[in-house]
Amino acid sequence: MFSGLFSVRKKLDTRQRIFISIISFLLPVIVWSLVSYVPFIWHPKVEITQPGDVSYFSEGMLIDREVFDREVEALNGESEKIPQGVPANPVYLPAPHEVAIALYTAFTTEPKRRSEKWLHESLWDSVQVIFWGFIISSIFGVPLGILAGTYDVFSKLFEPFIEFFRYLPAPAFGALAVAVLGIHDAPKIAIIFIGTFFQQVLVVSNTTRKLDPSLLEAAMTLGAKRLSLLFRVVIPGIITHLYKDLRILLGWAWTYLIVAELIGTSSGITWFITQQARYKNFDNVFAAIIIIGIIGLSTDLLLAALGKRLFAWERTSVKA
Amino acid sequence: MSDLKLPSYLEQSDEVKDRFRRMKKRPVTLQVKNLQKEFDSSHGKVTALNNINFETYKREFVCVIGPSGCGKSTLIRILAGLETPTSGEVLLDGKKVNGPGPDRGMVFQGYTLFPWLSVKKNVMFGLEMAGNAKSVSDEQALQWIDLVGLSKFANAYPHQLSGGMKQRVAIARALANQPRILLMDEPFGALDAQTRSRMQSYLHEIWKNIDVTILFITHDLDEAVYLADRVLVLKAHPGEVQELIEVPVPHPRSPDQLLSPEFLATKKRLEELIHPPEEESEIDEESLNMVRMVSVENEVDSVF
Repeated sequence: MFSGLFSVRKKLDTRQRIFISIISFLLPVIVWSLVSYVPFIWHPKVEITQPGDVSYFSEGMLIDREVFDREVEALNGESEKIPQGVPANPVYLPAPHEVAIALYTAFTTEPKRRSEKWLHESLWDSVQVIFWGFIISSIFGVPLGILAGTYDVFSKLFEPFIEFFRYLPAPAFGALAVAVLGIHDAPKIAIIFIGTFFQQVLVVSNTTRKLDPSLLEAAMTLGAKRLSLLFRVVIPGIITHLYKDLRILLGWAWTYLIVAELIGTSSGITWFITQQARYKNFDNVFAAIIIIGIIGLSTDLLLAALGKRLFAWERTSVKA
Repeated sequence: MSDLKLPSYLEQSDEVKDRFRRMKKRPVTLQVKNLQKEFDSSHGKVTALNNINFETYKREFVCVIGPSGCGKSTLIRILAGLETPTSGEVLLDGKKVNGPGPDRGMVFQGYTLFPWLSVKKNVMFGLEMAGNAKSVSDEQALQWIDLVGLSKFANAYPHQLSGGMKQRVAIARALANQPRILLMDEPFGALDAQTRSRMQSYLHEIWKNIDVTILFITHDLDEAVYLADRVLVLKAHPGEVQELIEVPVPHPRSPDQLLSPEFLATKKRLEELIHPPEEESEIDEESLNMVRMVSVENEVDSVF
């Protein structure tokens, strides 16, 4: 089980790989649990269980440990009712079990006002914004990238400007997007588009350029010309790498989501997160963040599995 | 080899002489005229090919051989139309070659099969490019695959095949277009010795049964003599034709001939042309000043 764990660039066997992958998730949870459940690790606050004679203490109150110690010292010997408390973490770091419960209750809690949305409705809004932003970006970005990677003329035509533009932070266009596109979903989709598109063109053109030129030469000696070279050789030749690129880019699109949703009227999962933070329900905030992670990771795994079905020649690695 | 009394490589038996006489009466397939190729490099202009002239006859097997840097790959790429010559011209059946085309099939050293297509679809590629209907290309492709003995693998993907099988598919794919000439750029260079000699026999079989002229680049002298009717020897810096040797080994060829006097004589001549004796003095193996690096207590005292 533990032999050969540190061989350079060698694949672990299946059991080891599963084991290590599980550890990869367990490690942060263990750290989180240690900080949450072991009283002498961190715990900078004190939760009052017994206010004693300190006038402004009340039960359940969180207070800095130094303040607590000072008050206890001030009372020392003069009063019998010394305040009691247990070490606690700040409100913004809920314990794992609280977040685990919130993962369930966040979906079952009715919104506070009738106009507000359930968590699953907010999530669905977010998924739609991501979907449209990414699809619109891909509709333009992928063909432009392929053209730029195939023909030098398009590369010189598009890439210098895109290289410049991609350094402009997408959120900087927020105000402009609202002015042009209104306050609802359109400007949010636009921000996702701006955040994804320019990187996408460059990534796709780079991938296209990596296609083995001898495949193109072979195709030309077999009589392929212009368009058939593009459609019968370049595109099928890069499609698996293109697919992987798009999976990575979809992850980038998610990272623009929160900023995008703050633009105009706050909506989607971001609205839920800011709302819950305002109520100091940080367990719900963490639950929402974890849900984003779960959605992201499961989409990626789903797309990976789909890719294996789509690209048969990558799958059949066994000798016939 | 030096003790052996070899005949001159120019001596041909009557049978071989007759064959060459008949071959030269055939129409000319490929004609290379005053071909010149220069590259711009950081050291200024480099002449890769200088004044290359030769012609091949219909269904002839020509091997091109030469030291590294003689421009043999550049030559075949120009013939394929993948590069343009600085001056001079290439004529195929009297017509000037311009850019790559299906009349000149090419087999590359790296396996350039399309990894996303099955063996059959790879072979169909050129046929479909030529505008054949799918059913026609399908049927023809299977015939070509059968010719190279890979019918069982028609639906396999390239990465499932061994190196030798991949090159057989590449040959079938190039031949499916029924090219006038098959250009092969060190096609067996990456194969192990055994597969290589089997592929050479395969190639001869194919060549005998198909109306195609073959121009074959190699750096292996045995391969050149074994396969070729004539061997075009190039020299490097700049790449020029040194000699066009008529191989006196009779057809049909078989591996038994590898030790025949004609074979050895031809090979010796090629060796002289490609590795001139005076250049060998650069690295004098006798005088390598080696220090013994084996510990005194080593169990193996001497390797002899």
